Amino acid sequence: MTTIVIVGAGPAGVRAAECLVAAGCRPIILDENDRSGGQIYRRQPPGFVRSAQTLYGTEAAKAEALHRSFDTLAGKVDYRPGTIAWGLHAGVIHTVKAGRVDRIAFDRLILATGATDRIMPVAGWTRPGVFSMGGAQIALKFQGCVPGRRPALVGTGPLLYLLANQYLKAGVTPAGVFDTTPFRRQLRLVGGLAWDPRTLLIGLRYRLELVRWGVPVRCGIDPLAIEGDPAVTGFVYAKSGKRHVIACDGVALGHGLRSETQLAELAGVSFAFDRRTRQWLPQRDEEGRTPLGTVYLAGDGAGIGGADVAEIEGKLAAWALLHDLNAAVDDGERTRALRQLRRAARFRAALDAGFPWPHDIAARLDDGVVVCRCETLTAGELRRVAAEGAPDLGRAKALSRIGMGRCQGRYCGSACAEILSAALGCDIADVGRLRPQAPTKPLHVDDVEASL
Amino acid sequence: MSVYDTIIIGGGIMGCSTALHLARAAPRMKIALLERGLCGAQASGVNFGNVRSNGRPVSQMPLSLRSREIWSRITELLGVDCEYERTGALKIAFRDEDLAVLEGHVRDARDGFGLAVEMLGSAGLRQLFPWIASGAVGARHSLDDGVANPRLVAAAFGAATRRHGVDVRENFAVASVSHSGAAFSVVGEGGAALVARSLVNCAGAWGNLVASSFGEAVPMQALGPQMGVTEPLPFFILPSTSTVNSPIYFRQVRRGNIVFGGGPRAEVRPDLVRHYSLPENTARHAALLRSVAPALKSARVIRAWSGIEGYLPDSLPILGPSATTPGLVHGFGFCGSGFQLGPGVGAVLAELVLGGATTTPIAAFDIRRFAPAAAQETRA
Ligand SMILES: Cc1cc2nc3c(=O)[nH]c(=O)nc-3n(C[C@H](O)[C@H](O)[C@H](O)COP(=O)(O)OP(=O)(O)OC[C@H]3O[C@@H](n4cnc5c(N)ncnc54)[C@H](O)[C@@H]3O)c2cc1C
Ligand SMILES: Cc1cc2nc3c(=O)[nH]c(=O)nc-3n(C[C@H](O)[C@H](O)[C@H](O)COP(=O)(O)OP(=O)(O)OC[C@H]3O[C@@H](n4cnc5c(N)ncnc54)[C@H](O)[C@@H]3O)c2cc1C
Repeated sequence: MTTIVIVGAGPAGVRAAECLVAAGCRPIILDENDRSGGQIYRRQPPGFVRSAQTLYGTEAAKAEALHRSFDTLAGKVDYRPGTIAWGLHAGVIHTVKAGRVDRIAFDRLILATGATDRIMPVAGWTRPGVFSMGGAQIALKFQGCVPGRRPALVGTGPLLYLLANQYLKAGVTPAGVFDTTPFRRQLRLVGGLAWDPRTLLIGLRYRLELVRWGVPVRCGIDPLAIEGDPAVTGFVYAKSGKRHVIACDGVALGHGLRSETQLAELAGVSFAFDRRTRQWLPQRDEEGRTPLGTVYLAGDGAGIGGADVAEIEGKLAAWALLHDLNAAVDDGERTRALRQLRRAARFRAALDAGFPWPHDIAARLDDGVVVCRCETLTAGELRRVAAEGAPDLGRAKALSRIGMGRCQGRYCGSACAEILSAALGCDIADVGRLRPQAPTKPLHVDDVEASL
Repeated sequence: MSVYDTIIIGGGIMGCSTALHLARAAPRMKIALLERGLCGAQASGVNFGNVRSNGRPVSQMPLSLRSREIWSRITELLGVDCEYERTGALKIAFRDEDLAVLEGHVRDARDGFGLAVEMLGSAGLRQLFPWIASGAVGARHSLDDGVANPRLVAAAFGAATRRHGVDVRENFAVASVSHSGAAFSVVGEGGAALVARSLVNCAGAWGNLVASSFGEAVPMQALGPQMGVTEPLPFFILPSTSTVNSPIYFRQVRRGNIVFGGGPRAEVRPDLVRHYSLPENTARHAALLRSVAPALKSARVIRAWSGIEGYLPDSLPILGPSATTPGLVHGFGFCGSGFQLGPGVGAVLAELVLGGATTTPIAAFDIRRFAPAAAQETRA
């Protein structure tokens, strides 16, 4: 029997599983979370009873559809929730679940590992009360928690406006939305209107709602500092050359998303630098095949495309896998999915152009701003090793410890690359990337011992 | 075409140390150091960081002691703090029958070479190092072994070499080497050609590329020792620690992280310059850590890695003049314990380049020991 493993039970992983089951396979599904749904359609803990409408708003129908699909797979898949895939080498995936390590030799693997926040640091971002944008949203979606009574939302990207609206609905009025992207630039989104009018209209509604509630929305700002004593008391920014201070007791900070690519890297997939998003991404064909032949990629983990794209890519990856195993695949469905994917790609391009990663901020960060929080390293330290002779991130890591902490640079890597390339005056692609190593997430010594 | 007195291939600790010693001894000499990537990015920059003389074969002791003397002034030599510290080292026995082996080591090192090393019984061990698991019956405690931060050491050697006027060419991969008449010619993968009167082979696990070009390939195998590190914990383990019969060694850095290593060594791909840490090793090491130091139970492993190292069948390096080609000297294949030897090896290789002889006994490392029997006879 062919062993097929899917990592990730978000939109991509769930749709992939569904297609595999339809073809008579019984995939193993690993997900770190205790419940399926992934990030956007994250389910609340048992005992919490908010409605889908409350949790997922405009996307409630899609969320319910995905959850239903997954629930009907029960018994037809080997679903292992609460399981971290921590290592991957030579066709074997290593897992840890509830204090026990295990390994699975696979014939085919679909990585649908999703994304995490991408963050450009600002002075004071390590204060208590500052959350990453996605983290703040998870707290809200999962357990109905908000960082403070009047949080400020700082960064860029659609999630800023979505979260502000979700807060309003939850009865919390944000201190404001502070977007690093100028409004002019966001107008480029209109160019994407033709490709996804529904999403665009939702975006517009979010803005109007903020106006209606009197939530300040400032675009094209330059974040200067998060103040506090030590917990957050205010956010300082500059706009059109003027300095502004806004009182707030919490901050959600985020500048878009980055793909969670560690497992692809450990699998040996080759990476290429994507100029548009300024990220290193694993290489795959349109249907998710990698040159390795046994490993397929789908969803945000392979490049940020959003939830709808993740669902399409999940299906495509499963069909590609089935095709490669000489199983029959409905070509009409496949062609339709590819068409949808191409249409969505155009909307995504507009979205990326409309909410760019504010890389230029890196060069202006004060030397004292902490960049790598695991190792408490500052922008100044990074610039010091650049001057000393670190032509790339690998050597900067060796000399300064950036990315040597528990997150291995998953959170600070993007900002570190920008600071280093600005300091060296070289192209961003030339500083390379921090290579992840197993374990993908910290591994408890006693977990391992118990299972040997 | 660029002309040099000496070309050194390989910018690891061996190559850089050789270049540095040469440049200091002969400031007017024209030296080129060629490195495929960045200096110190391979074994020299990713190793465990043990700076240990004890427990080495007797044939390595004079070289190790020479190195030890250089380590004692490493900050001054390199101009940067590389976290070198004489933390002491422990080798723990959990079985009575292992004690005799350790006692033998102690006698050799203390009586033969004057090292500060002692045997500790179980009571002494418990008193000095209460974190060791019960069941330990004794340990070899060497007081002047220590550790250094390889990431910093390897990069600092490269930087010091450059400061001393050596022409350090990074991102220069040597494609071929040859010897004609009185000169060596070295050609890079990009086509650049260099010429020199003498050639030093410090290409590490890739040393056979050079050795075989001169008809003296050795039976070296490239393998990857397995390393890992935990999140920082409050500092409580001073000595670098290992045991007699289990494949685990570890130390705590001042920042608090536990760095560990052990076997079995993994397959590597020197042709692709790739090495792999095997998850099963990380799991095994984590379990062994706890069996030696139970307090590490609550630690969390955050990263594992490996490196590419050359191993010879007798676990001794190749160090000394070529047997086939005058003007060529070798220093490669350090079998997992070359970090401590690096500074001394550089001093020895510099002597060999400058005068053809060294004051340090290195006969045991002669490349001829692997020559076919017939060839050895003709030479004798
Ligand atoms: C915090 C956050 C909030 C978001 N909120 C929204 C939103 O409100 N609206 C919106 O349109 N988009 C949102 N996005 C984007 C959204 O994540 C995606 O568009 C969509 O969820 C992508 O689906 P996916 O299946 O590719 O990945 P995901 O839904 O992210 O699912 C990936 C799954 O893989 C699991 N996983 C990853 N690595 C491992 C591992 N090593 N071992 C085991 N399991 C692993 C994760 O736990 C996760 O459950 C958010 C993203 C993030 C990071
Ligand atoms: C994981 C690990 C842990 C270890 N732990 C310890 C320890 O605790 N204590 C200890 O004493 N020793 C230890 N060692 C061994 C020690 O690191 C090595 O013996 C030592 O670093 C070897 O130095 P080197 O300069 O010969 O090799 P390297 O550092 O590998 O340098 C050789 C250099 O030559 C370059 N090169 C090769 N071919 C070419 C070419 N064709 N053109 C240009 N350049 C080329 C390579 O790029 C490389 O940089 C360990 C080794 C490893 C891998």
